[in-house]
Amino acid sequence: MSSENMNLTLKVWRQRNGQSQGSFETYQAKSVSPDMSFLEMMDVVNEDLIKGGKDPIAFDHDCREGICGTCSMYINGRAHGPVKGVTACQLHMRSFIDGETITIEPWRATAFPVLKDLIVDRSAFDRIQQAGGFVSVNTGSVPDANAIPVAKACADEAFNSAACIGCGACVAACKNSSAMLFVSAKVSQYAMLPQGDVERKDRVIKMVSQMDEEGFGTCTNTEACEAECPKGISVTNIARLNREYLRAKLTE
Amino acid sequence: MGSMLKMLNSSIGQKVIMSLTGLFLCSFLLVHVSGNLQLFKDDHGLAFNQYTVFMTTFTPIKIVSYLLYATILIHAINSLLLTMANRKARAVGYQSRKDPRSSSWASKNMGILGTILLIFLITHMANFWYQYKFGDTPWAEYSVDLNSGMVLGEPIVIEGEDLHPHEYVRTDASGNEVNVVVVKNLYAVVKEAFTQPLLVVLYLIGMIALAYHMVHGFQSSFQTLGIRHNTYTPLIRGIGIWLFGIIIPLLFAAMPVYFFLQL
Repeated sequence: MSSENMNLTLKVWRQRNGQSQGSFETYQAKSVSPDMSFLEMMDVVNEDLIKGGKDPIAFDHDCREGICGTCSMYINGRAHGPVKGVTACQLHMRSFIDGETITIEPWRATAFPVLKDLIVDRSAFDRIQQAGGFVSVNTGSVPDANAIPVAKACADEAFNSAACIGCGACVAACKNSSAMLFVSAKVSQYAMLPQGDVERKDRVIKMVSQMDEEGFGTCTNTEACEAECPKGISVTNIARLNREYLRAKLTE
Repeated sequence: MGSMLKMLNSSIGQKVIMSLTGLFLCSFLLVHVSGNLQLFKDDHGLAFNQYTVFMTTFTPIKIVSYLLYATILIHAINSLLLTMANRKARAVGYQSRKDPRSSSWASKNMGILGTILLIFLITHMANFWYQYKFGDTPWAEYSVDLNSGMVLGEPIVIEGEDLHPHEYVRTDASGNEVNVVVVKNLYAVVKEAFTQPLLVVLYLIGMIALAYHMVHGFQSSFQTLGIRHNTYTPLIRGIGIWLFGIIIPLLFAAMPVYFFLQL
């Protein structure tokens, strides 16, 4: 691990608000520790901007542990940057070279309008989730833990799909800004469990219909989403979504 | 019915249309390449010309051929609509886009490949389909020795009004029974067309586009239909790459090359 601090040039997308025209601004990030996370490096740059009386770069962040799905940066042409399987907050500066120019852009999708700088409005994902991404249960007393048997393989698969943190990297990476990987993960995590089975047809129809309404693109099976997903959600989910949707539509 | 139309109008429904029409066109490729292998037969084009008569007069085939033209149009128009919708889904692009290496080039360029194929198809139809149906394709009279089954030399060019494909048996001077076959000589049109270097190059470009289009399209259509399996998906990918992506385009490409080099 190199311990030498780095000097970097940042090309950052700056946009005052959703209505204004944005443009790239260049900043110098000096003496950056290779052990910093990408967001910590951004914090240092922002400190300098604030000290200089300038507007800091707005970017989304929350847990900084790679599990909340809030950070959303398109770094050097890749969603969440050059390292596979991590979010921007878990990306370390040792993945970059001293003197490098780093281009930082917001997620680009019509369904994810830019709010300010690198922050986009991802409430389209919330609306898709609200359309059917839940299980209707009676909130009574706690049910017996083993009353409904679940096969281990199904539980594992459902869990793999449920690992989706809804960050939107799939949409950002897709050439069509398609939300199929996200929606497929959300449909899959319920479809494979007996609790979700009851509403599976209604769920998939409503979620796909909401996805279309939000203006996401269609799936061309380039599989860029799977390659860029920080949680390694597989495109097997997309096949399952197609299957669930066709079955629901042909048998409803 | 209303529900079905609504489904086909959804994003997944539109992809299903691409998938099903695409797979139907794949099945056509199999038939087309098998039939056209008769061009390589050393019989002055008799088998190929008789096959052409069958393909243009047998009613079930005629019905399927109209279905085929409609399928090509639906596949092309729907892809255009999808491409426009997908462009709209990303109104502002990236400045520093790097696609992951795992995304195949073909998967990202199906529209361009399809456009090349459409241009190829229009030229191809003009070259042969139009020539056969409406152009001045010459008529030929073949003689086949009924004992040996051998085609007796180059066919004779015949002219006249109201010619139609037919055959009859006559006995020649030395008492041999000879089958006389009168057909439109599309084989001669094919042979003539592929003496033009530019046309041969266009056909080769068309087949390269077909190869890439198939390598992605065949397996992608199964994914769209939700068919994905640990054992069968690698098999489907294999068929897509080897049969539809390599063997079929190579066999098609061999046809213009065969005539151009006068093998």
